[in-house]
Amino acid sequence: MSASARNLTIAFFALLAAGAVSPMLFQGVRFPQWLEIVIGGLMSGVLYSLVALGLVLIFKASGVFNFAQGAMVLFAALALVKLMAHMPFAVALALVLALMVALAWLVERLVLRPLVNQEGIVLFMATLGIAYFLNGLGQFVWGADVYTLDVGMPKEPKIILDKFFEGGILVSSEDVIAAIIAGLLVAALAFFFQRTSTGRALRAVADDHQAAQSIGIPLNRIWVIVWSVAGLVALVAGVVWGSKLGVQFSLQLIALKALPVVILGGFTSIPGAIVGGLLIGLGEKLSEVYLGPLLGGGIENWFAYVLALVFLLFRPEGLFGEKIIDRV
Amino acid sequence: MKNGSRIKAAALALAAAGALAWAAGAMAQAKEIFIPALVYRTGPYAPNGVPWADGFIDYLKLVNARDGGINGVKIAFEECETGYATDRGVECYERLKSKHPVAFSPLSTGITYALTEKAPGDHIVLITAGYGRADSVDGAVFRWNFPMMGTYWDGADILVQHVKKKGSLKGKKIALVYHDSPYGKEPIPVLEALAKKEGFHLMLLPVTHPGVEQKATWLQIRQQRPDYVFLWGWGVMNSTAIKEAIAVAYPRLQMYGVWWSGAEPDVLPAEQAARGYNALALAHSAENDKPIHKEMMKYLYDKGQGTAADKKEVGQVLYNRGMLSAILTVESIRTAMKKYGNGVMTGDQVRWGAEHLNIDASRIRQLGVDGMMVPFHTSCMDHGGAHSARIHTWDGSSWSYTSDMYTADYKLLRPMVEESAMKYAKEKGIQPVDCSKEK
Amino acid sequence: MIYRETGQFKTTYASDQQLFPILQDRVFVIGFLAFAFVAVPFLASDYLFRAILTPFLILSLAALGLNILVGYCGQLSLGTGGFMAVGAYAAYNLAVRIPSLNLIVVFVLAGLCATVVGALFGIPSLRIKGFYLAVTTLAAQFFLDWLFSRVGWFTNDSSSGSVAAPPLAIFGHPIQGPVEKYLFVLSIVSVFALLAKNLTRGAIGRTWMATRDMDVAAEVIGIRPLYAKLTAFAVSSFYVGVAGALWGFVYLGGWEPLAFDVNRSFELLFMVIIGGLGSILGSFLGAAFIVILPIALNRLPAALGIPLSTATVSELELMVFGGLIVFFLIAEPRGLARLWAVGKEKLRLWPFPH
Repeated sequence: MSASARNLTIAFFALLAAGAVSPMLFQGVRFPQWLEIVIGGLMSGVLYSLVALGLVLIFKASGVFNFAQGAMVLFAALALVKLMAHMPFAVALALVLALMVALAWLVERLVLRPLVNQEGIVLFMATLGIAYFLNGLGQFVWGADVYTLDVGMPKEPKIILDKFFEGGILVSSEDVIAAIIAGLLVAALAFFFQRTSTGRALRAVADDHQAAQSIGIPLNRIWVIVWSVAGLVALVAGVVWGSKLGVQFSLQLIALKALPVVILGGFTSIPGAIVGGLLIGLGEKLSEVYLGPLLGGGIENWFAYVLALVFLLFRPEGLFGEKIIDRV
Repeated sequence: MKNGSRIKAAALALAAAGALAWAAGAMAQAKEIFIPALVYRTGPYAPNGVPWADGFIDYLKLVNARDGGINGVKIAFEECETGYATDRGVECYERLKSKHPVAFSPLSTGITYALTEKAPGDHIVLITAGYGRADSVDGAVFRWNFPMMGTYWDGADILVQHVKKKGSLKGKKIALVYHDSPYGKEPIPVLEALAKKEGFHLMLLPVTHPGVEQKATWLQIRQQRPDYVFLWGWGVMNSTAIKEAIAVAYPRLQMYGVWWSGAEPDVLPAEQAARGYNALALAHSAENDKPIHKEMMKYLYDKGQGTAADKKEVGQVLYNRGMLSAILTVESIRTAMKKYGNGVMTGDQVRWGAEHLNIDASRIRQLGVDGMMVPFHTSCMDHGGAHSARIHTWDGSSWSYTSDMYTADYKLLRPMVEESAMKYAKEKGIQPVDCSKEK
Repeated sequence: MIYRETGQFKTTYASDQQLFPILQDRVFVIGFLAFAFVAVPFLASDYLFRAILTPFLILSLAALGLNILVGYCGQLSLGTGGFMAVGAYAAYNLAVRIPSLNLIVVFVLAGLCATVVGALFGIPSLRIKGFYLAVTTLAAQFFLDWLFSRVGWFTNDSSSGSVAAPPLAIFGHPIQGPVEKYLFVLSIVSVFALLAKNLTRGAIGRTWMATRDMDVAAEVIGIRPLYAKLTAFAVSSFYVGVAGALWGFVYLGGWEPLAFDVNRSFELLFMVIIGGLGSILGSFLGAAFIVILPIALNRLPAALGIPLSTATVSELELMVFGGLIVFFLIAEPRGLARLWAVGKEKLRLWPFPH
C-alpha cells in the first residue's frame, strides 16, 4: 500500500497504544489492575471474533453480508439447550449440527437461489428478513425464558500471579477455554480454505458468482456448504456465549458488535476476524473502564463503531482485507 | 403473465390487510368492566414479564370464576404485547381505548411516562404498583397516576436505611448498577441526596439496554471495591449482573437489588452460586401457601384454566406482584362501586375509587394475602398509600425474609416529590388541585 | 385503451414543466389530497386517526427522507433513528426553553439541527461506500442514543431521562384532538412531499441519481461528490429530523431515548426497500405496509376465530414480517412502487392483454 496510508495506519495504532497505556500515566492506575482489564478485554474480544468468523465465512464465499448470523447463534444455542434436556451433550450437539445444515440448505434453496447476482443491499436485506424469521421461530418453538446452558465450564474466576502482584490478576477460566476453542476453530477453518479443493472453490465463488459457475463450480452446493460451516461456527459461538450469559433472545444483539470487528479485520479475512475482535474487545473495555467514568459511563456501546469509523477513513478495506478497486 | 398474477396477489393482500386494520375491534359487552393488560411475553424482558402477566390475568380470572365478577359485574380483560417498547405500549393503549378501559397497568416506567401524557385527557387511571413516576405520589398534580405500594425513591431510601444498620456509611462506597432507562435512572436523585446526607460516595454505572454487556461494569466494580452494590435492572440484565458478579468474585452478600431485581428468573440461572444475594421485597416474597394461592389452584389450575404454563409459577415473586397489582385494580373498582353503585364504572369513578382506597388488615385477611401486603390507604396528597418494603435473601433454592419492614423517610422525600411534581406542572401548564378541598 | 394518457400536448414551457404533466395524475393527486383533507376527518374513527393515520404520515415523512438518501443518492444509512432523535430533542429544547416560539418555527429549526448533525456524520461518505457507510451511520445511531441518555441538558435535566412534549398550539389555536393532529401532520407531510418531488426532478436530484448510479463516472463529468453527498445527507436529515419532532410531539407525547433506537432505523430501511428505492410514492406505500402489517397480523387470529396467546401472535408477527421481506425481495426487488407502475401499465392496455 502507499506510504501515506501505511504511515496513517502506524500513527493510528500508535495513538491507540498511547491511549491504552495512558490510564497508568495519568490516572495513577497500577499495572496489575490495568493488565486485568487488558486480559478481560482480549477475552471478550475472542467472543466477538467467534461471531465475526461466521460473517466473514459467508461473505468470503457468497459475497453476502449475513445479518442473520446472530439469530443463527441464538437458534443453535436454544436448540442445543432444549435437546440437552432429553439426551447427552454429544448427541444433542450432533443433532443441532444436522439442524444447522438443514437450515443452510433451506436458506440456499428459498432465499439465495432466487436472488442470485442481485445487488449487495438486496441480499443484505434478505438476511435481515431471515434474522427476523429465525428470531420469531426460535421464540415460538422454545419460548423467551433465560435458559442455562451447562457444558461444564468453570464459573469461578482464578486469581493468578498473586505472588508477583498484590491481589493477583483475575482471569476467568471460562474465557480462557473459550479462547482456546476459538483458536482451534480458526486453525481448522484456515486449513479448510487454504488446503482443500472445496476451500478453493469457495474463494472462487466469493470472487465472482457467474465466473465460478461458468467454470463448473456447483454454486448451490457450495453455498449450502458455506452456510453449514457458518452454522457450525454459530453453534460454537452459541455454546460459548450461552454458557457464559445464559441463552435468551438478547444473545443475538451481540451480533451487531461483530460489524466493527469485520470492518477492522477486513470482510474477507479469517485471521482478520480474530485480530479485529481482539482489538475491538480490548479497545472497548479499556475505554469503558478508564474513559467511561469521565463521560458518565455506558460508552462501550458506540466506542467500537467510532473506532471502526475512524479506521475506515484511511483504510477502508480493513487490516487484512482485499483492496477495493472501483471500476468505471 | 407473471407480473399480472403478482399484482393481483399484492393487491388482494393489501386490501385484506387494510380491511382488517379498519375494523376497530370487537365491542366490549355492555355489562362488563374492561381491564386491559399491557404485558410482554417476548423479547429480552420476557423472563420477568411473563410471571407478572400470569399473576395479573389469573387474579382477574379468579374474580370472575369465584365471585362472578366485582359485585356481580364481570371483568373483561385483554392482553396486549408491548415488548417493553414505549411506542408499542402507546399503540396498544390507543387500540384498547375504544373498549372503554377503566385502568391501565403498563408494567414499564417508560410506557408510564408516555401514557401520563395521554391518560388524563382520556380519563383513564394508571395504576403503577411498584413502578412508574416517583413524583406521581403527589396526587394534586398527577390526578390519574397511582404508584401504589411503593416507588423507586422509597426503595432507594429503604436500601440505604438497611445498609446503614450494618454500620455508619460515612466514607463508604456504594455502586449503583442501573438499567440506562427512566426505570433505572429514577433512584439517582434520592441516592445523591442521601450520599450528601450520610457521607457515602456514590458510583453510577449505567448498563445499556438490554443489559447483556456488563463485563466492563463489573471489572470496574472489582477494581473500585465498593462496599455495597445496588442493582436496578430488569429482564436479562439481572441474571447477567449476578453471573458477572460471580465471575469477578464480588460477594453476593453485599449486593442489593430493587424489588424488580429480586425474583426467580434473576437468580435461577446461577442457582447456588447466587446464594446470599439480597433484594427488596415489596412487602411480599415468594409465598405460595396463602389462602389466595389455594383458591387459584381450586378455581383455575385444577380446572385447567390457569394462565401460567407451569403450576410451579404460582406463588413466585413476580407472579405474586402481578396478582397484587390486579388486586389493587379490582379493589379500586370496588371502592368506586361503594359510592357510585354496582354498575359498569367509568374512568372518573374508578379514579375516585383509587384515590380513596383503604385496605386495612381485615380486608387483607379477607383477600387471602395476609403477610403479603401492609395495610394502607391512598389520598389526594398521597397516591401511593404504602411506602414500605423489607429485604429478602436467596439461599440457593428459595427466598427468605432477612429484615423487618422499613418505611421510607418522607421527611426527606416529600419535598423532593413536590418539587419534581411542580416542575412537571409548570412545564405542562397543569393547575394542581387543592387537596384540602377534595372530597 | 380505455384509460388513455395520450394526446396531451403542451403548448407552454410552464405546462411542460409542471409537477404532474399528465391530466389523470393531476386529477388523482388533487382528488386524493382533497379526500384526505376534507372527507377523511368525517369518515374515519378516532382509533384510525390516532393509531394508524398519524403514525403512518409521520413515518412516511421519515421514509421520504431516508429514500432521498438511500434511494436517490445511493448512500446506505442505518442511523435514521438517531437523526429522528436529534429532531425530537431539538424541538423539545426549543419549545421548553423558548416557549414563545411558533410551533412551525420550532419544527423547522429542529429539522435544521438534524441537518447539521446529518451533514456532519455524512462527511465520511466521501471516502466510505456501501456497507462500510452503513456501519458509520450505526456509529452515529449509537453515539446519539448515548448522548441523549447521558447529557442532562438535552432532557432539561429530567431525573429519569424521559421528556414530555409541551401542549401543541399553533397561532393560539390548540392542537388537541386526533382530527386536528391528523390535519396538522397531513399539511406538513403534503408540503414536504411536494417539495421532495420537485427536488428529485431538479438539478440536485439528478446529481444525486448520477452519484448513485456510478459515482466515479459522475465525478468525471463534473459533478462534485462532496456537494452531491452532503446535500443528500443534509436534505434527508432535515426531513428525518422534522419527522422525529412530529413523532415525539404529536404521536408519542412523551419519550425516552429508546424510542429512537436502532430498531427504528431498520424499520425505516424496510419501508424504503419494500416501498421502492428512489420513488416518492414508494416511501408512502412502504410506510403504509409496515404500519398496517402488525395491526393486521394482530387482528387476523381473532378475525379467523383462532385464540392465540399474545406471545404467539408477537412471534408470528416476527416470522411473517421476516418472511414477507424475503418474499418481496425475491418477487419484486424494486418494491411496491414498481408494482404500482406495472399496474398503471396494465391499466393503459386494459381491456387488451398486451
